[in-house]
Amino acid sequence: MSIQIQTAGDVYDVVIVGSGAGGGMASKILAEAGLKVAVVEAGADFDPALEDHRTQLRPPWESPRRGAGTVRPFGDFDAAIGGWDIEGEPYTRAEGSEFDWFRSRMLGGRTNHWGRISLRFGPLDFKRKDFDGLGENWPISYEDMAPYYDKVDQLIGVFGSKEGINNEPDGHFLPPPKPRLHELFIKKGADKVNIPVIPSRLSILTRPVNNDRGTCFFCSQCSRGCQIYADFSAGTCLVKPAMKKGQVDLFTMSMVRKVMTNDQGEATGVTYISKLDMQEYKLSARVVVLGASACESARIMLNSKSANHPDGLGNSSGHVGHYLHDSTGADRMGILPDMMDRERYNEDGVGGMHVYTPWWLNEKNLDFARGYHIEYWGGMGMPSYGFGGGMDTMRKHVKDEFGNPGVNGGYGEGLKKDIRRFYGSTVGMSGRGESIPRYENYCEIDDQVVDKYGIPVLKFHYTWSDQELNQAKHMHETFEEILTSMGAVMLGNKPGADKQYGLHKPGRIIHEVGTTRMGNDPKTSVLNKYSQAHDCKNLFVVDGGAFVSQADKNPTWTILANSWRTSEYIIDQLNKKNI
Amino acid sequence: MNRRENLKLLFTGSLASGILFTGCGPETAETVEIPHNPKIGEFGSYGRTPQEIIHNENLKSSTFFTEDERKKLDILVDMIIPADDTSGSATGAGVPDFIEFMVKDIPSYQTPLRGGLLWLDHKSDEMFGNKFLEISEDQRIQIIDLIAYPDTAKPENQSGVKFFNNLRNLTATGFFTSEEGFKDLGYVGNRPNAWDGVPEEVLAKHGLENDPKYKDVYLDVSTRGTIAQWDDEGNLIG
Repeated sequence: MSIQIQTAGDVYDVVIVGSGAGGGMASKILAEAGLKVAVVEAGADFDPALEDHRTQLRPPWESPRRGAGTVRPFGDFDAAIGGWDIEGEPYTRAEGSEFDWFRSRMLGGRTNHWGRISLRFGPLDFKRKDFDGLGENWPISYEDMAPYYDKVDQLIGVFGSKEGINNEPDGHFLPPPKPRLHELFIKKGADKVNIPVIPSRLSILTRPVNNDRGTCFFCSQCSRGCQIYADFSAGTCLVKPAMKKGQVDLFTMSMVRKVMTNDQGEATGVTYISKLDMQEYKLSARVVVLGASACESARIMLNSKSANHPDGLGNSSGHVGHYLHDSTGADRMGILPDMMDRERYNEDGVGGMHVYTPWWLNEKNLDFARGYHIEYWGGMGMPSYGFGGGMDTMRKHVKDEFGNPGVNGGYGEGLKKDIRRFYGSTVGMSGRGESIPRYENYCEIDDQVVDKYGIPVLKFHYTWSDQELNQAKHMHETFEEILTSMGAVMLGNKPGADKQYGLHKPGRIIHEVGTTRMGNDPKTSVLNKYSQAHDCKNLFVVDGGAFVSQADKNPTWTILANSWRTSEYIIDQLNKKNI
Repeated sequence: MNRRENLKLLFTGSLASGILFTGCGPETAETVEIPHNPKIGEFGSYGRTPQEIIHNENLKSSTFFTEDERKKLDILVDMIIPADDTSGSATGAGVPDFIEFMVKDIPSYQTPLRGGLLWLDHKSDEMFGNKFLEISEDQRIQIIDLIAYPDTAKPENQSGVKFFNNLRNLTATGFFTSEEGFKDLGYVGNRPNAWDGVPEEVLAKHGLENDPKYKDVYLDVSTRGTIAQWDDEGNLIG
């Protein structure tokens, strides 16, 4: 090790890289077990309760761009500090590949802005290969994960309804909020075509789960971070509480370069570059836990080459970075004439949909494997940048008092009135589905390019297959079926093959997982069933990298449950002096 | 006591007494102390990172539109959103300042808007022998009518149509995301409340109802102060 690198602190029991769902949960469980923990975060500290950090309850006119997404990808008030493009932190793509990589550089990572959709993987989701022969089974089953889902539910809180659907396991739910008006229309329309619509499952506190967090006051702004912590984010609900209770040192603005190893090939800590002074430091620890995000953790491992690990740490299989897969996504919207000229009332609700459609065609024979769920949006939300736009194509849908269609475009009092009448009458739906993990989709180190910290960057190789394309096609057919059934006027056209059926580019749904997948065979997997590296017994990965397949479920709840499970295993192994 | 503790107390106290969060409208909802009441034009930090503050200040420090362009803009935005019985005009709501900021925030707006504003002078000269600012209101309407209706506009005026579509979008967004625009729309959210479903009279009007199957499952807002407890099967028991 170079002598210029300074030692940042004492020796820790565990150093955790990343403070999102995986790293945050590990910090809490390990610290509560009495271990001395360092959490290393590449971004700054963040606390939505601080007036300086608060964007919640701010009206659009506080932003000079009225909330436009010019600086922050999901709008000026969104909590995500980071994005698909970060200055000084590039990545590259192979010829013919598409992949956009979203990173939040802040305490809590991407849990600050996510949709709070908290779905358990079901029994089928862990063993999909048994049913369709594609991909690989997880080395664990729903029964292994269920106790941890139960614990996560109770610690963090998730509302929902017990439905008894086989592959959509029920949990310890808080009561769900009643539907909004457009959601009742959706439910009515979907009922007619036999598509289920049930209360959504979001980690938002409709009732308190402890004395440290407040109860939702229905401002619909979870994506901005909640000042009374009524939504889940890893910083407010895991890392900060862990720091209060246990021995946790938080290192912010610290970009990890590599995991250090000794002559036996065991991890001894990490080196990081401080963004404050651009100096490199090292942190020593008995155990290293990576929770930097699926791709960032893979990058760190691939950049951690040594005599014992010539292809990167934990990469004797050559599988680190492979089986990268994001959720599929496609969207459609329409106008519901029944909702024009609506009565006004506060319809904000929680930060997300109050109802959703779980995948309902598991046993059907379709031209694609795996499924998708449908998220819904619409209603009288708070106007933001973009509101009132599109009247050059949509005004014709606003009928006058005699039922005559409007004329597109225009200006003046009539236009103003039509925008007013139009308000709250649009509905939309987004399919989010499971893609098939493939060896050919991967990230590797691009040895030609470094970031501004001198760390070699990732290069992405990724294409969609017919499985995903056919699924997107099916999504759009379903969207039209529901919209038609509920009496909506569809906007835009159903995208065809030339437009990849409207399928979003890989990385756009921000559910990328699979880069360090777990398995029983060290030749075809990176981690064992406890998320412990096959090649390095004191290295663990607690982010989405461990996923063998991602289901059509948003990954966060499974990352949290798996990190809890892994953390208990780490404690057990330390107690037994196995690591 | 810090602000957060203060907020927390406010919440638990009111929840325990069961008087808070019963209404939806501004007159009934109890508002939590949010010490922030910004005026248009005063853009505080609103949760900006230091880099974002510098970026915003940079954008604000330069001026894009010339005085002449700005005069045209004032006229045009008020043609698009004039004052009416419900609310005030676009200029009254600060829309030109918003557009001035947006063309620097999204530079791809600049050339089309500048070119479009000049096109108005060209057309105005062609039709009435004078610049857009010099012609009468009636004459301006004749020009705008050429470009305001995309489905029927003549092919030779297409570039004007595009310009006006852009300007309509920016003006509408600028107006309806202002305080005046909120008033116009009757938007009554963005404040603490207790959502208890669609009001009964609205349900009745649309012939809809909450699924009776979930009657005992949906949140009972009177329980929002009580910490949840479950049995081993995950049933809420308290």
